Amino acid sequence: MAQLTRRTTDLLKPFSAALSSTRLLTTTSTTPITVETSLPFTGHKIDPPSRSVETTPQELMNFFRDMALMRRMEIAADSLYKAKLIRGFCHLYDGQEAVSVGMEAAITKKDCIITAYRDHCIFLGRGGTLLECFAELMGRKDGCSKGKGGSMHFYKKDSGFYGGHGIVGAQIPLGCGLAFAQKYSKDENVTFAMYGDGAANQGQLFEALNMAALWDLPAILVCENNHYGMGTAEWRAAKSPAYYKRGDYVPGLKANGMDAFAVKQACKFAKEHALKNGPIILEMDTYRYHGHSMSDPGSTYRTRDEISGVRQERDPIERIRKLVLSHDLATEKELKDIEKEVRKEVDEAIAQAKESPMPDPSELFTNVHVKGFGVEAFGADRKELRAVLP
Amino acid sequence: MAAMLQAIGVASPSVAFSDHYNKSSVSSIRSFPVIRSGLRSISGSGHGSFKPGKVITKATATQTEKSASTTSKPGHELLLFEALREGLEEEMDRDPRVCVFGEDVGHYGGSYKVTKGLAEKYGDLRVLDTPIAENSFTGMGVGAAMTGLRPVIEGMNMGFLLLAFNQISDNCGMLHYTSGGQFTIPTVIRGPGGVGRQLGAEHSQRLESYFQSIPGIQLVACSTVYNAKGLMKAAIRSENPVVLFEHVLLYNLKERIPDEEYVLSLEEAEMVRPGEHITILTYSRMRYHVMQAAKTLVNKGYDPEVIDIRSLKPFDLYTIGNSVKKTHRVLIVEECMRTGGIGASLTAAINENFHDYLDAPIVCLSSQDVPTPYAGTLEEWTVVQPAQIVAAVEQLCQ
Repeated sequence: MAQLTRRTTDLLKPFSAALSSTRLLTTTSTTPITVETSLPFTGHKIDPPSRSVETTPQELMNFFRDMALMRRMEIAADSLYKAKLIRGFCHLYDGQEAVSVGMEAAITKKDCIITAYRDHCIFLGRGGTLLECFAELMGRKDGCSKGKGGSMHFYKKDSGFYGGHGIVGAQIPLGCGLAFAQKYSKDENVTFAMYGDGAANQGQLFEALNMAALWDLPAILVCENNHYGMGTAEWRAAKSPAYYKRGDYVPGLKANGMDAFAVKQACKFAKEHALKNGPIILEMDTYRYHGHSMSDPGSTYRTRDEISGVRQERDPIERIRKLVLSHDLATEKELKDIEKEVRKEVDEAIAQAKESPMPDPSELFTNVHVKGFGVEAFGADRKELRAVLP
Repeated sequence: MAAMLQAIGVASPSVAFSDHYNKSSVSSIRSFPVIRSGLRSISGSGHGSFKPGKVITKATATQTEKSASTTSKPGHELLLFEALREGLEEEMDRDPRVCVFGEDVGHYGGSYKVTKGLAEKYGDLRVLDTPIAENSFTGMGVGAAMTGLRPVIEGMNMGFLLLAFNQISDNCGMLHYTSGGQFTIPTVIRGPGGVGRQLGAEHSQRLESYFQSIPGIQLVACSTVYNAKGLMKAAIRSENPVVLFEHVLLYNLKERIPDEEYVLSLEEAEMVRPGEHITILTYSRMRYHVMQAAKTLVNKGYDPEVIDIRSLKPFDLYTIGNSVKKTHRVLIVEECMRTGGIGASLTAAINENFHDYLDAPIVCLSSQDVPTPYAGTLEEWTVVQPAQIVAAVEQLCQ
C-alpha cells in the first residue's frame, strides 16, 4: 500500500490487505484497529500510557467528519466576522480541532468540560448544533444562550458543557468546583478544566490545583498549549513553559495535541487516574492557524512560514485523512465528498441562523435574576416594574 | 457584654421580640412561613402602618418587659452568631445539597463561631476548610452551584472577598444571564464586615457599595438576631446568588427568637419604629446608633419613623415609599462610605420615585471617605454617631 505512512506499524499490514476487499462494509464496522500515536507521551511523576490506541473504522471516519465540520465552521465564522455579521470578539479554534474530538472520544456526556473563550468547537463536540452556534455568534434568538452571551459564552447544560468564559483563568476554579460537586455526589465522573498557555501563569490555577489535590477531586486540568498567549510567545511569558510539570506535586502528561488519538489516549488515561488518585495536568501541544482573535492578524509575532509549516506537517485533519486512506476505509473522492457535504451543512446552518430574529427587547431584563425581578425591582407600587425602553 | 450593648445603644430586644412573636403565631410550622415585616396583605391595602396590636410610643422597653424571666416567655434566647448557625444548620438538615466553604469553618468552628460544631455533624466535605485562596474557593463555590449544589461561602472578613471580586461579579452574578438561563447560581456569600473595634483599615471595610452595581446578585444586611436567622435561611433557599452582610460588632447581640421555623423575605425592609415626623433609613449596625438617637429625639419631642432597609439590592421601595408619603422627610444613616455608597443609590432612587412627596432634600449620613484609622477616637469619628443623627433630624425637621 503506497499510502501507508511511516507512522503506522508493521502490525497493520496484514489488516490492510484483508480490508481492501471488504472496504465498503468496514466504514461502519467496529472491528478494532490499532493506531500508534505520532509521538510518545512524556510524563511528570507518572508513567505515561502506551502509544498504541485502539480505534475502529467508525471512529476514524467520525473523527474525520467532525474535524472537517469544525474546521469549516471556523472558516465560515471568519467570513461572517469580516462581513460584520459577527461582532466583538471571535476566537477561532482551527488547528486545534483534534483536542476537542479526541477528548470527546474518551469520555461521556456525564463528564463535565469547561473551557475559556475558544469554545465554538468544544460546544459542537458536546452535542451543540451548528444553528445554535451561528445564531449565538450573530446574536440571534436561536442561539444557545439566546443571543445574550456571544462567542465567549456558549453553554450546554444537558451535555455537561459549562462554557464559555471570558476572563482568562477564571474558569479553572469553576472547573474544580464542578469536580467538587462530582465528588460530593459520588457519581464517578470527571471534569476537564481547559485553559491555554496564557492562563497557565494565573495564580488562581495553582490555588485551585492545590485544593483539588488536597481533597482528591476528579479534576483534569488540560492546558491547550498553542504556544502563544495572544501575541506573547510562551518562552516570553513563562519561566518554565513545560506546563505539564508546573503542577509540581500533581502528576502531568504531555501529548501531541494535533494527533486526535494521542489526545484520546491521554484523556482516557487521565480519567482513570483522576477517579482513583485525584487531579492530573494534561498538556496538549497544539497550534492555532488564526490569530488570537479576529482582530489579531496572527502574523506580527510569528512568521507565515511557521504557520504554513505546521499546516503541512502537523495538521490534524490531514493526519486522519492519511490514516483513513492507508487503512483503505474510503477513497480520496469519498473524503472530498464528505468535505463538500460538511460545507453544505454549514452553509445551510448559516442561512437558517440569518433567518433567526434578534432577541425581543424585553429579553434585556430576563434571566438577570431567577425570579425575574426586572431592572428596578419592587417598584413603588409593588408591581413588577419593567423599565420602558426609549 | 452588657457594657458593649450599652455602648452601641441597643434597644432592648424584648420589645422587638413581642411583635415578631405575634406575627409568627399566625403561620404554622409545616408550611415554610415567609413572614413579612409588617402585617400588610399582598394586595397592598394599608399604608404600611404598623398594626401589631400595640403602638410603640417609646423607643425603649418598659420595665415590665424585661426578658429576665425565661419560663413565661416562649421561644429561646441566643446570640446572633448562634442564630446564624441555627439557621444554617436547619437548612443543611433540610437540603443535603447545602454545603459550606470557608477558611477555618470546619475544625476550628469558624472565626466567629458561626459554623461551630457543623463539621463534626456533617463531615469535612460538607463543611469544607479551604486554604487561604479566596479567588479560587469562591470560584469553586460558583462551579459547584452550576451543577446544583448550594454552597454557603464564608469570607472570614468581608474585605477579603475583594480578592474574589472577579468570581463574584462575572461568574456568580452574570452566569445566569450569559448562559441564557441555563445555569442558576444559588450561592450565599456571607461574612462579617463593617468597622469594628480598632481592627485597622484593611479589616474594617464595607463592601456593600462595591457589590451593589453587579447585576444578578442580591444584597441583604442582617442586624438583629431575629433577622439574622431568617435572612440566612431565606438566602440559602433563594435561587439567586445572595451576599449576606453581617457586622463584626453585632455577633454577640442577644435576643429571644421563636422556636418555630421562620424564613424572612429577602426583599423587604423592617419597620423598627413607626413615627410621623421623619423617616430614618438605616441598616446593619447603624440601626442601633439610630435607635439610641431616637431615644434622645423622643425626649425632645420628635417622632421618628425608623426603617431598617435590610435589602440593599433591590431596595424595598414600597415600604420606603409609604413611609416617605407619610412623613415627607428622609434621613439615611449608613456605615458605608459617602462616595458611591448605598446611601447615594438610595437617595437617587427616592428622589426619582418620590420627589413630589419630599418637603426637604434627603440627608445622607455616611462614614467619612477615609481608610479607617487605628486610633480609637479617630475611628469613632469615621462612623456616624448618635449625636450627629440627632442634629441632622433637628435640622431637617425645622
